Amino acid sequence: MSKIIASAAIRGAHRIVGRAEEKWKEAMDRRGPHEPVGFPNTAYYLPVIYGITGMKVEKLGDMEPVLHRCKSLLPPMVREKICLPYLAPALDAGMATFFAEEIIEAIRYIEDPNFYTKQEDPTDDNIWLGAADDIILRKRGIEFVDGTAPGFAAILGAAPNPEIAKSIAQELQEKNLYVFMHAEHDGKRFSEQLIEAGVQIGWPTRLVSFGPDITSAVFAAGFAIRVSFSFGGVGPGEFRKHLVYNKDRTFAFAMPLGYVTDEWYANALGCVNFGFPTIADTPIPEVLPTGICTYEHVVSGVPHDQIVAKAVEVRGLKVTVAEVPVPVAYGAAFEGERVRGEDIYLECGGGRTPMVEWTTSKRMEEVDDGKIEVVGPEITDVQPGSQLPLAIAVEVAGREMQEDYEPILERQIHHLINYAQGAMHIGQRDIAWLRVSKGAVEKGFRLSHIGSILHAKLHQDFGRIFDKLQVRIYTTEDKVREIVEKARGVYAARDVRIEGMTDESVETYYSCTLCQSFAPGHCCMVSPERTGLCGSYNWMDCKASYEINPTGPNQPVEKGQCIDPKFGQWKGVNEFIYKATRQKIDHYNFYSIVYDPMTTCGCCECIAAILPMCNGVMTVNREYTGDTPCGMPFTTLAGTIGGGLSTPGFVGHSKYGICQRKFIIGDGGIKRMVWMPKTLKEEIAQRLKDRSEEIGIPNFPDMIADETIGTTEEEILPWLQEKKHPALEMEPILG
Amino acid sequence: MTDPEEKSIDSASVKMIKKAAADGVSTVFDRAEAIKPCPIGSQGICCKNCGMGPCRLPAPKKKDEEKAPRRGLCGATPETVAARNFIRMIAGGAAAHSDHARGVAETFLAMVKGEAPGYGIKDEQKLFQVALDFGVEIGDRDIMEIARDVGEIALAEFSRQDGELQFLKRAPLNRQKLWKEKGIAPRGVDREIVEIMHRTHMGVDQDYKNLLLQGTRAAIADGWGGSMIATELQDIMFGTPVPILGKVNLGVLKKDEVNLIIHGHEPLLSEMIVIAAQDAEMIDLAKAKGAKGINLAGICCTANEILMRHGIPLAGNMLQQELAIVTGAVDAMIVDIQCIMQSLPDVAQCYHTKVLTTSPKAKIPGAIHIEFSEHNAMESARAIVKTAIENYPNRPPNIEIPDEEFDLVAGFSHETINYLLGGIYRASYRPLNDNIINGRIRGIAGVVGCNNARVRHDDAHVTMVKELIKNDVIVLQTGCSAMACAKAGLLTPEAAREFAGEGLFSVCETVGIPPVLHVGSCVDNSRILMAATAVVKDGGLGDDISDLPAAGAAPEWMSEKAIAIGHYFVSSGVFTVFGVTWPTIGSEELTNCLFKEFEGITGGMWAFEPDPIKAAHLMIDHIDTKRKALGIDKARERILYDMAMRRELEAV
Repeated sequence: MSKIIASAAIRGAHRIVGRAEEKWKEAMDRRGPHEPVGFPNTAYYLPVIYGITGMKVEKLGDMEPVLHRCKSLLPPMVREKICLPYLAPALDAGMATFFAEEIIEAIRYIEDPNFYTKQEDPTDDNIWLGAADDIILRKRGIEFVDGTAPGFAAILGAAPNPEIAKSIAQELQEKNLYVFMHAEHDGKRFSEQLIEAGVQIGWPTRLVSFGPDITSAVFAAGFAIRVSFSFGGVGPGEFRKHLVYNKDRTFAFAMPLGYVTDEWYANALGCVNFGFPTIADTPIPEVLPTGICTYEHVVSGVPHDQIVAKAVEVRGLKVTVAEVPVPVAYGAAFEGERVRGEDIYLECGGGRTPMVEWTTSKRMEEVDDGKIEVVGPEITDVQPGSQLPLAIAVEVAGREMQEDYEPILERQIHHLINYAQGAMHIGQRDIAWLRVSKGAVEKGFRLSHIGSILHAKLHQDFGRIFDKLQVRIYTTEDKVREIVEKARGVYAARDVRIEGMTDESVETYYSCTLCQSFAPGHCCMVSPERTGLCGSYNWMDCKASYEINPTGPNQPVEKGQCIDPKFGQWKGVNEFIYKATRQKIDHYNFYSIVYDPMTTCGCCECIAAILPMCNGVMTVNREYTGDTPCGMPFTTLAGTIGGGLSTPGFVGHSKYGICQRKFIIGDGGIKRMVWMPKTLKEEIAQRLKDRSEEIGIPNFPDMIADETIGTTEEEILPWLQEKKHPALEMEPILG
Repeated sequence: MTDPEEKSIDSASVKMIKKAAADGVSTVFDRAEAIKPCPIGSQGICCKNCGMGPCRLPAPKKKDEEKAPRRGLCGATPETVAARNFIRMIAGGAAAHSDHARGVAETFLAMVKGEAPGYGIKDEQKLFQVALDFGVEIGDRDIMEIARDVGEIALAEFSRQDGELQFLKRAPLNRQKLWKEKGIAPRGVDREIVEIMHRTHMGVDQDYKNLLLQGTRAAIADGWGGSMIATELQDIMFGTPVPILGKVNLGVLKKDEVNLIIHGHEPLLSEMIVIAAQDAEMIDLAKAKGAKGINLAGICCTANEILMRHGIPLAGNMLQQELAIVTGAVDAMIVDIQCIMQSLPDVAQCYHTKVLTTSPKAKIPGAIHIEFSEHNAMESARAIVKTAIENYPNRPPNIEIPDEEFDLVAGFSHETINYLLGGIYRASYRPLNDNIINGRIRGIAGVVGCNNARVRHDDAHVTMVKELIKNDVIVLQTGCSAMACAKAGLLTPEAAREFAGEGLFSVCETVGIPPVLHVGSCVDNSRILMAATAVVKDGGLGDDISDLPAAGAAPEWMSEKAIAIGHYFVSSGVFTVFGVTWPTIGSEELTNCLFKEFEGITGGMWAFEPDPIKAAHLMIDHIDTKRKALGIDKARERILYDMAMRRELEAV
């Protein structure tokens, strides 16, 4: 009965808006209208309010018109008999609820600054994380974009016991969904239940304890709005676009566990505006006709062992869960889980023992598909807390297999192992590091399962480029050292080959429309010397991806006639992007930041911007939250240029791209680089050094300013002059 | 007289028919027995367009099979004669709607110029929408400047000589293309009506198909021209309707208040009377005369106009106009134009009721004429209200107000439907389309039109609509048909549970709407065209109105306006069923053309079926045929989306 739900939601909305007004008045009395308010580190103000109404809330006083809007949205209560239509008013009330909750939560940030941890993980004495900041949003947003996370479940309340909570959470994790947790039922909260059941919560495991109250549910809505802002290129106040974008692309749903209060109903109706349905475990009324959500709006009374499957079906989500023959849970959600201290059963690599991972091609007859061999001690042969040397040698064979694909397959080992619950993997090649937890070993996890994982997943994802695969796992020191030696030779040869590839040496570039699931107007173009701006896809990856899936997001593009060799523009590329961006963009340049630069979806690792006074450019990586000399922090920059726009003066690029030879070469190349965050400089130090030598200025890294020198052009310019930065002598960057 | 119970399904009306008989008053129900319809005229084959006639051309009787069909003196065939008569009905109907619209446009312009005190702009959004449709610049211009341009363009639509009417652009693209291709896109409203009068003059157009095409062009000029202009400008001045509670039937009359009935079709005067009746001075005067207050109620489409915008109660529909006076409790009945019976002053003579005519276009001997002009609207309105108040003390002793009074929800403009389906932020027709596609709603029906004293009052409307909603067809209503169903309780959310099929009920329950939606007066049938267009534009149900699982009906039609409306629905691609009688039945060939061949021309066609249940099933069958053509006749598998499918989606 929709009427019961609508009536309850309208009542709940009245109460929440009333609470917001009360809190606001108290705060105004104490602090006055000029007191700054907002969620931490975000360029989107109070995101739901900003996205839907376009109103920027920066100070307490700015909340007044929002409260007026809330009140104008609040409908009268639904009449018992001969009522007027209630669905639309209830949806409006749901939206008013979100506005009011943002006000309540924003005031909480000033009244009780330590209420939330404001980071990715719970601390020892506080499990409530609060609103995701823009760094988390971008980092996690990419997973929404590339499909590693199709959406999220917003859980309200608590399961009947911690075990059920754990199994629901794990099932959601196995389906790669994020789990946002809010509110309480019967004095219990889902996040607390997970901790009680020994589950690691926090952003890395996708189990996000947003807040203890129902009002924190608005953090989930705010996350969704910022996805459409940052990846969909939707602007402030474009409410319809925000909401339809989320209906079509963010596969989220609400899952109230326990008694559904009027306030919960109000939030559920708010969610319906976004196309997010409600799947409840209690027998509340159902709303089955479709339209605002893709399928049903409210489905209820679902048993706990079916609730996740039901939710996914109601939301219209197709999840292909990898069948991996291991005794532990497996999925992308477990990638961020850590294994620490007392919990470690076995540790390999990480400087403690030698460890190496190596993929190599063999002749067909040399590979026995599916064969997994452990040479040396297995986990069961050592005591808890032991260390072992480890070499993982993956041997593949097949008619389509090429040497160039070896590093691509090899790079998968990291996350494929990490996806196993209880296995933690860091690094690659000969600097890899592995930890296996006691819990995993208890469930039966063995080193041989690494082989099983690699065999199953590589076949599943890359089956088109090889036919047979076997894995040898060595745990004896001499054997591991032998493999390390062999592998190092191969690594060096590979690096030389990749470094030697140029844009001129190939006729075909590759498109990347992976992000079109979220940024429908954006099309990346990847050339050997211009790695994908997300840092995840180089030319070779795209080539392999095309071989694997010829109709997939990476398509070969004949670059065709060169229109502009200086700035890097080709006829064939232009024609392709015109089509692929749905006629939004008809050309762009590969090598320029000034003239028609390449577009970005919003998931770029770094954004470069022109600094006119310094006659150069700066770049900033998304982990850096501070101010930059261009006057905007990363998140504002990303908000400005994301969504598939070509914005002269700004360009998105990968970290790796900074030291590629074609980096803004049309505008003068890396010699233009006058500023970057210190941590970024450290991260790319080796390659930056090599590249500096190549351009004949070996001390160039020392000429690049960072935040310790200044965060405005005025601050850094004298320093650059003192260092005799080459950009100052170059022709004017703005023609 | 036959049993009064047989005259109407509405018990309030039956009571008043009995009272009329007791009071010695003759009503339409008596006259319907005394006078039978002319058998030749009713078949459409009597031509009286020249002095050589009238020529009556009945088909040869069966035994005279060899005999050639009869012809008029000029040689006109029954086809030509029936076509002439049919399209002259269209001309009459289109003229009625359009002349009403012209009056609205004139008042609108007078308002803009400050010459119509009391009128103003209530819905700026709608003004902007119409301005966009008319190509009027909005920018930072003063609202009254925009309104002036809109008003002038609207008024010029009537006398436009070439090109096409502006509002045709609102139709689905395929529909516009089809009208152009068939040469039936109307030029000016007046021009098409005049051309009908010319072509049907003696010795002009004598190809019945060619005549019908001109009728089609004039009908489109009504639906997408005159009627639409009336609705839009009225909405701008008086507000676009939103859901509102109302009451219906003679029970809304009050024993101890001044009962003032507004009857006719225009809101121009009635809007002012609504204000005048709330005036403290007037209320004091009423009290001084011994009444507790002033009670406004309406009959016919003026009633619908002020119900939709103010919740003013409906006293009844067309066949209840005399019966309202028979209660003895009506102190004044104010009439403007259309569907007003000349017998009103005669009936009133037996009681104390004052019948006031107000339009210079519509006078009735025996009635008091207080001419209404937009330039002194409030003055006229106050004079009228005062007349009613002053008549209160003259109430006769034999007052009998029936108890019947029912709740209803009205106010479903196509804009409001859009809002109701998604709220402010997700407003769209998507949920309607989705639930049509998934079969919860089988289709859409427009059931509209008059009352007709040749059949049992309200019976066909109510029976047909109940059958439709039982079969999950959502019903949009206007005019007297809406009132008939309101009296049967169908315009309440509760009716969904009681009368609708399970699928339709579930949707109504979700949205909180009745299964039968009251969209306004008969001139507001243009709202149904706009709603149908909105459904087409939202996608998934074809590219034209003729692709929709939809049908129209006027089961108790009687006026020429109904024929014009029916024909503009057919011309817009809608299968349309009429009851009671069919005005071209004397020519089989012509009737066949309207009932079958027209589908090949406009995608819509006529049908005639007096039995409301059978008629409902003709509509349902048509809906099912369209569902099959759309491929939505079978349940579809749920689509689950993966990332690749999401990449394929178009940007919003």
